[in-house]
Amino acid sequence: MEAAMGLMRRIPAKHTDTALSALLSLMPNHSSDLLSQIDQPLQVLCDVDCGKEFILCEYNRDADSYRSPWSNKYHPSLEDGSLPSLELRKLEVEANDIFAIYRDQYYEGGISSVYMWEDGNEGFVACFLIKKDGSKTGQGRRGYLEEGAWDAIHVIEVGPEEEENTNYRLTSTVMLTLTTNNESSGTFSLSGSIRRQMTMKLSVADGHLCNMGRMIEEMESKLRYSLDQVYFGKTREMVCTLRPPSEVLQIRIPES
Amino acid sequence: MAEEEEEETELSEKQKIEIAKWFLLNSPPGEIYYVAKDVKSILHDDDLYNKAASEAFPVYNKSHFISLPMPDRSGDVLVTSFGELEGYAYLDPRTAQVAIVDHVKQVCTEVRPATDEELPSPYIEEFRCALDAEILKYVEESYPKGVCSVYCANGKDIEGPGSDFEFAVVISAARHSPQNFCNGSWCSVWNIEFKDDQQTVEVKGKIEVDAHYFEEGNVQLDAKHECKDSTLFQAPDDCAVSISSIIRHHETEYLASLEASYLNLPDSTFKDLRRKLPVTRTLFPWHNTLQFSLTRDISKELGIGKRVRAWLDSVFSPGRVGGEDWQSSSFSGGVFIEKRASPNEWQILMESRS
Repeated sequence: MEAAMGLMRRIPAKHTDTALSALLSLMPNHSSDLLSQIDQPLQVLCDVDCGKEFILCEYNRDADSYRSPWSNKYHPSLEDGSLPSLELRKLEVEANDIFAIYRDQYYEGGISSVYMWEDGNEGFVACFLIKKDGSKTGQGRRGYLEEGAWDAIHVIEVGPEEEENTNYRLTSTVMLTLTTNNESSGTFSLSGSIRRQMTMKLSVADGHLCNMGRMIEEMESKLRYSLDQVYFGKTREMVCTLRPPSEVLQIRIPES
Repeated sequence: MAEEEEEETELSEKQKIEIAKWFLLNSPPGEIYYVAKDVKSILHDDDLYNKAASEAFPVYNKSHFISLPMPDRSGDVLVTSFGELEGYAYLDPRTAQVAIVDHVKQVCTEVRPATDEELPSPYIEEFRCALDAEILKYVEESYPKGVCSVYCANGKDIEGPGSDFEFAVVISAARHSPQNFCNGSWCSVWNIEFKDDQQTVEVKGKIEVDAHYFEEGNVQLDAKHECKDSTLFQAPDDCAVSISSIIRHHETEYLASLEASYLNLPDSTFKDLRRKLPVTRTLFPWHNTLQFSLTRDISKELGIGKRVRAWLDSVFSPGRVGGEDWQSSSFSGGVFIEKRASPNEWQILMESRS
C-alpha cells in the first residue's frame, strides 16, 4: 500500500485514472484501500427526474447506482437503496441549495452536490463536491484555458453535540488541470492534486450548515492559495533554476 | 473452486510487465529510480521487474536525454537516439568517444575511442565542431547545469559541397532535489538542415520543460513549444555563430513566455477555475443564508429563464422589499439579483444563467 501511494505521488495527474486501474489489477486484495485513499477525477450523471446533473462518488453509491441529491432517487434505479433519515435529508436539501449559490459565486458555473449520511456515532458525515470545467469550450468565462478542470472533494465528519459545541473534521482534496495553448508560447500545463485536513470545535448555535460552509470556504481559499503560490510557485522556481531569467544574458548578447 | 476463479482474474506475466513499464515510462524527470523501487515492491517478483526495467529504462533515458559522466572524466555523455550505436553504446561527438551505458543503473561503465566509420567526414566535422563550440559557449552561459551535444543526423559521409546534410543540437538541463521534493528538466532539440541548393540553413526547435513539486501533494508543470527559423548557408564559423544566436534568441523568448504564463495565472487563467473571492467580492454570507430563500422561491416558482428576467426587472428595478433596496440586472445570458449593501454598492445575492 505504501508503495502504491508512493507511485501516486509521482504519476502525473492526467494519468490518475489509468494508474488507479493499473494498481487495482496488480493488487486486487487492496482494492478497497486503494479506492478510499486515491481520489479520482469526479464523474457526473444527469438526474432523469429534474434534468439537473449531479456528481458521483463513493458516498452516494449503493451497488452500481448513485443517488441524486435533487430527487433523492438512485440512478439507475435501485430498490432499497440506502437513504439518509428524513431529518438529515432535510439538511441535505438545504445544503445543496445553499452550496449551489456558493459554488456559483466562486466558480461562475460548475456543478455541485452535497451528500449526507448517519455515521452510527450520533453524528453524521457530509460530503460537498464541486466540479468545474473552466476550459473555453466549457464554462471558462474569460476563455483563456484550452483545458481547465477543478474537482473539489470536501468530507466533513460532524461529531455529536457536546455542551452546545460540536467537533467538525474536514478533509479536502482539490484536483486540477490548467492548460493554455497558443502560437507564441506553445502548450503550458499545470496539473496536480493536494489534500489537507482541518478540525474545529464550533458552537451549534449558528447551525451545522453555517459552520460547515465557513470551514469549506476557508479551506478552499487556502488550497487555492497554496496551489497558486506554493505549488505553482515551486515549479516556476525550478524553471528559473534550470535556465535563469534573461537579465544576465541581455548584457552579454552584444558580444556575439 | 475459489482458487480457480482467482487464477482466472489473475493478470498474465506479460500484462504485469506492461503495467510496470507504463509506470516506469511515466515517471517524472529524475524519478524513475523511486518509481522503480515502488513498482518492484508491488510486483513482488524480481524476474518480472527486471524484464520490465530492462525494457523501460533505455526508452526513458533516451527520451529524457539523461547525461552521464564518462569514467575517464572527459565530460558527460548524453543518452539520445541521435548518438545511439549498437549495444547500449552512445557516441559523444565532442570527445569522439563511444560510451557504454548501463541503462538500469544509469551509469556509463566504459568508454572507447570512436571508429572512423562512426565519425563524420572532415568536411562535415568542420561544421559540426564549429557549431558545437558556439553552442557549448551559449549553454555554459545560460544553463547552470546544462549539457549539450551536436550530432550529425544525416549525411555524415559527405566529402564536400554539393549535398544537403543535417545536424541535431541537443541541450539538456536537469535539477534533482528530492530533499526539497522538487525535480525538473529542460530539454531542447534543434534540427538544423543545411540546404546546399538553396544555400540556406533551416532551424527547427522543440523545447520541453517539466517540473514536479510533491511535498504533501503532486503538482507538475508540463510545457512544450516548437519553433522555426532560418539563416544563410555560410562558412562553418559564420554558420555556427548565426545558428547559435538563433537558438539563444528563441530559447530566451520562450523562457520569457513561460514567465508570462506564470504571471497570468493568479488573476486571469486560474480565475476561470475558481475565483479568489466570490462575484460579490465579499465572503459568502453563511450566517445569513435565509436571504436566499426569497430569491430561491422566486426562481423555483417560475423557473430560470427569460420570463424570470422580465418579471424580476419589473419587480426589482429597483424596488424595496422588507426595508431593503433590491434590483435585478441582466448580463449576457443571465441575471443578477442584487441588494443594496451601502449607498454606492450593490451586493450580488444570486446569479443565474438562462
